[in-house]
Amino acid sequence: MKNLFLLLATYMLTASMAGQSADDILKRVEQNMSSENRIFESTMTIHGARSTRTITSRTHAEGDKKSFTEYLTPPREQGTKMLKLEGQLWIYSPSTDRIIQISGHMLRQSVMGSDLSYEDMMDDRKLTEIYSAVISGEEVIDGRETWILNLSAKVSNVAYSSVKMWVDSERFVPLKEELFARSGQLLKRTTMSDVRKIDGRWFPAKIVYKDVLKQGDGTEFNITSIKFNQQIPGYIFTKAALKQ
Amino acid sequence: MIKFLLKGLLRDKSRSRMPVLVVTIGVALTVLMHAYITGFMGDLIELNARFSYGHLKVTTRGYADNIQQMPNDLALLNVNSLTADLKKQFTGLEWSPRIQFGGLVDVPDTNGETRSQGPAAGIGLDLLTPGSKEIKRLKLEKSLVRGHLPGKQGEVLLSEAFSRKLSVDPGGKITFIGSTAAGSMTIYNFTLAGTVSMGHEALDRGTIIADIEDVRLALDMDDAASEILGFFNGGFYIDDTAVSDAQIFNSANGPKSDDFTPVMKSLSQQGAMGTYVNLTKSWSKYISLIFILAMSLVLWNAGLLGGLRRYGEVGIRLAMGENKDHVYRTMIYESMMIGIAGSVIGTAFGLLFAWLIQKYGIDISGLMKGSSIMMPTEIKARISPLDFYLGFFPGLFSTMIGTLLSGIGIYKRQTARLFKELEV
Repeated sequence: MKNLFLLLATYMLTASMAGQSADDILKRVEQNMSSENRIFESTMTIHGARSTRTITSRTHAEGDKKSFTEYLTPPREQGTKMLKLEGQLWIYSPSTDRIIQISGHMLRQSVMGSDLSYEDMMDDRKLTEIYSAVISGEEVIDGRETWILNLSAKVSNVAYSSVKMWVDSERFVPLKEELFARSGQLLKRTTMSDVRKIDGRWFPAKIVYKDVLKQGDGTEFNITSIKFNQQIPGYIFTKAALKQ
Repeated sequence: MIKFLLKGLLRDKSRSRMPVLVVTIGVALTVLMHAYITGFMGDLIELNARFSYGHLKVTTRGYADNIQQMPNDLALLNVNSLTADLKKQFTGLEWSPRIQFGGLVDVPDTNGETRSQGPAAGIGLDLLTPGSKEIKRLKLEKSLVRGHLPGKQGEVLLSEAFSRKLSVDPGGKITFIGSTAAGSMTIYNFTLAGTVSMGHEALDRGTIIADIEDVRLALDMDDAASEILGFFNGGFYIDDTAVSDAQIFNSANGPKSDDFTPVMKSLSQQGAMGTYVNLTKSWSKYISLIFILAMSLVLWNAGLLGGLRRYGEVGIRLAMGENKDHVYRTMIYESMMIGIAGSVIGTAFGLLFAWLIQKYGIDISGLMKGSSIMMPTEIKARISPLDFYLGFFPGLFSTMIGTLLSGIGIYKRQTARLFKELEV
């Protein structure tokens, strides 16, 4: 009886510590991945079923509510701009000179044919705001010790009901993620690599997205340059900037 | 003897004119009805063929497996060369590439902001090449409600109900928002040339019809197409030939595991159309059979009555010493001649009327108003090889059977009683 009591007490204590440390891990992850603002250039290489395309873009982002992306190449996409403001998304197409708001089911469409959807782009809320986490194990990925976190949605309006995340236990950067639907169906898999220390924070410069429901070999997202905490003029985050 | 009997028939109009007329009318009705039923049942198939299935359809294997999703990332490539090869290999068919696509049609206000928007199902087909048969095939000229057909690049048609819903008139600008073949979002401006009403709710709900080259530009599908539809030159679906053509094409094309290998399917091999084709075949047979049986009974009776009407004549011939077998034989020969003459003339008239209905059709659009099912608005007959000999069953055989039965009475006549009968 005494042994049983000790075992139960130990389990409850461990569970409580594990729950708390999972949240701490998530906060440390957010400190690395989020910033006041950032300007970055990236290449997105989309490995389709038939061909591979590379799209380059420049993004200005402020917090998790505002971002402005301009596509630079290839010629078909050049000049296309996207503006995200407080949960709303507009796209500007230079060939038609139209600004179209992306909403409803259109948010589920792929961004430029990649494995990313507009919905993925839109949801920049802090992980701690939308998920509760528990540590479910440990694993070594590419020689790096990781914690495996199981994240469950605590709000209803999320694209992925649960997430399994492998977090580098030293640098607090996710190295792998699996994103699941409410039904438990695996929807997407992401792997992060080329982790660099930029302005005092660890950041993965390469992210590979794979929509498991889609043909092709996934989308490689490479950040070619990134600057944190820059002065971004306010007019960038206006609809008028789309047509400029 | 045949010559003698023929002379008799020609000189005695009562023995030839009326029986031939009855057989002619019966046979003409049979041929016409069969062609009409075949045409009517076939029209439902042709309607589906024209809009979506073709008599034969070539797609990639992957596209065929997921056709409901219209996956243009699995579209056919090098379509010009593939179409040229198909034209060379299957000379009895016309081949037309098409692109099926979906998306949103957005109508801007004066500031370029969205005024109205609605989901659309689109067809990209050859509207601008001189001599293209697609306009006629989809009966776009007849379906035009307002404006005109696209005459240059960038012009499209919308269904009338859809244009009213979006409050856009011919001459107005519309923007199509959809996905390219690579999965990227595409935004493309069109000018509304005109509006059409197909008479089918499913098509009139939200259809956009554009020239295939415009759709290729919009969807980044250079020299690509969702499908290449094949239509028999005769204008009618022939299942056996279509199935055989598909088999020949598929056996000559690559491994089954490749999603991008072109595959050919006959109309009956697509979706639920197989069941429908079989149903059409069997119903057409049953309805025709019932009519042929009814007509056979009429002509059999005519033959029977003809035999009975000549009761007195047979009596005199027997009294004059003519052999019973001879009388019976000559009556059968005569009915055979009448049957042949009536069947030939009746088939000719039946085919003539059937051809007129096949060529000009019967407009039933007034009856189809408000209908939500995909039914043809014009009924056309369809002359098939069967129509050239079908009329001989009731025309020749039923007349002969009638005579054969009525003629049995000849053998029951007793010579001793003949004069007594003739006195009467």
